[in-house]
Amino acid sequence: MVSATTSRPVSKHRARDRAAPPTLERPGVAWAVPGLLFFLVFAIVPMAGVLYLSFTHWDGLSSPQFTGLDNWSRFFGDSQVRQSTLVTGVLLVGNIAVQAPISILLGVWAAGHQRNRAVLSAIFFLPLLLSTAATAIMWRQLLDPNFGLPSKVDWLFGGSNPFGSQAGSIACLVLVTSWQFIPFHSLLYQGAARSIPHTLYQAAAIDGAGRVRQFVHITLPQLRNTMITSSTFMVIGGLTAFDIVLLLTNGGPGTDTSILPFSMYQTAFRTYDYGYASAIASFLLLLATVASVLLTKLSGYDKMTSTMEGL
Amino acid sequence: MRTRPNYLAGAAALVWLVIIGVPLYALVNTAVQPQTKYTDKGPVSIPSTVTWDNFHTVVDSGFLHYIWNTVVVAVATVAIVLALAVPISYAVVRGRGWITKGVFRLFLLGLAIPSQAVIIPLFLIVNDLGLYDTLWGIILPTAAFALPVSVLVLSGGMRDISNELYEAMALDGAGPARTLLTLVIPMSRSAIATASVFAALQAWNGFLFPLIMAQSEDTKLVTLGLYNFVSEYGANVPALLAAVLMSAVPILVVYLFARRALVAGLMGAGGK
Repeated sequence: MVSATTSRPVSKHRARDRAAPPTLERPGVAWAVPGLLFFLVFAIVPMAGVLYLSFTHWDGLSSPQFTGLDNWSRFFGDSQVRQSTLVTGVLLVGNIAVQAPISILLGVWAAGHQRNRAVLSAIFFLPLLLSTAATAIMWRQLLDPNFGLPSKVDWLFGGSNPFGSQAGSIACLVLVTSWQFIPFHSLLYQGAARSIPHTLYQAAAIDGAGRVRQFVHITLPQLRNTMITSSTFMVIGGLTAFDIVLLLTNGGPGTDTSILPFSMYQTAFRTYDYGYASAIASFLLLLATVASVLLTKLSGYDKMTSTMEGL
Repeated sequence: MRTRPNYLAGAAALVWLVIIGVPLYALVNTAVQPQTKYTDKGPVSIPSTVTWDNFHTVVDSGFLHYIWNTVVVAVATVAIVLALAVPISYAVVRGRGWITKGVFRLFLLGLAIPSQAVIIPLFLIVNDLGLYDTLWGIILPTAAFALPVSVLVLSGGMRDISNELYEAMALDGAGPARTLLTLVIPMSRSAIATASVFAALQAWNGFLFPLIMAQSEDTKLVTLGLYNFVSEYGANVPALLAAVLMSAVPILVVYLFARRALVAGLMGAGGK
């Protein structure tokens, strides 16, 4: 009955159909409720709990005593907290500075078509098979000053104990974290680099751009979203990096590498000062929230659009 | 178009091979050495004698039970995460209104909650539920903290399903439940794989929850077993590293048989 002599009215008609199909039933909020409740009980309620506990004194046995701002005034005058925050920051920056460039280069390399690439990629993946605890224990023994590499490979270590100084211990933490997680981050970059349209490179090659210029002007800008995702993982990982410190340096020498999550654990489960530990934990929450809001703004995750768009 | 080989990248890849390979060689080499030889020669030597004694020591200490516990925790975590995150993501992607938007934002924010920071109240909750020192006391918090990443990954995957397909389902008279089962889940297989790999690895790597929520031999996971070996076998480095090596066996098996799925799953976390 409807005779479409030109294509225009037809497409208009279709567009209206798409906007309001009569029978399209959308899922209600009820679908999200079970998961939401679960998340509330195990993540959001504890978050409120830790804020509340930070205003109390509590040894874990009797019930918590409300002490107002006591913990917080102690927190802001605590030189150990200041040192922990500083070391946490140094580790975060160190980890990103070491891991990001290597992961990008490795990921882009692995996305290419070199000879032996498949075999090497399979080997490069291997550290991911070890848990953080396993990795840290392995490296602790390898770097042991008496029986490990430092006692046998003099030219590299100069006979010194890598865990003997603060700088050495921090370097060890960065080394081991990088060794474990660069394979993961380079996988992220490999996936992203693969999906860069090949035509961009062909166009650049026709314009006479060399390998370096193609990398700087095409590859890097196209990897922007992945850089943000990867940094988010690194920042959150850095703020929870407790097991690696416990097993590699145990916060030492002294309290030199006692980063915030570690010193929070010690305060709570070694000295049973749950109130003050909650203040440190609340501070950790604040840092994580600020970092994530900044990164989310950068990435545009919150716009709820398909990741296909903009590429 | 032929490109000349990139020698610089090749050299850098070889350097990286040494950095990855030497520690792994030392790990395997040490694990098969008698203790006296290790003390003498150190971790990086040419193996002259190979012994399986270290693995016997580890197995005799009940390590296989820890591995079994970890596998149970990982499987249960993945099951719970998928059962909850798939419907959440479906509601977030296809639902309308400010509430579903709010749900998404909540999980986005939840991404940043370090499990570390809420461990004290979480310990109280697990205690109150009577789950202290049970595997459930480890599984439930692990699943909760794997939810945000899973929702992010799954809703990313579901958003790529085109609207026409939903309309076709609606024309067939399918309600939300049938649409989810016959369209959304099959179409977001790769996102589901990514979320599963992530949740499983989080359970596998978990250290804090098993440390705080459990204490007995029966509920010990691999990571905690390793931690205890450090003090038990302090001096017996070959046995300790044999335990480290054994702890990787289950994932190694997964890697050998499902390498593509594992690698693609991890890669998927980076978005497109």
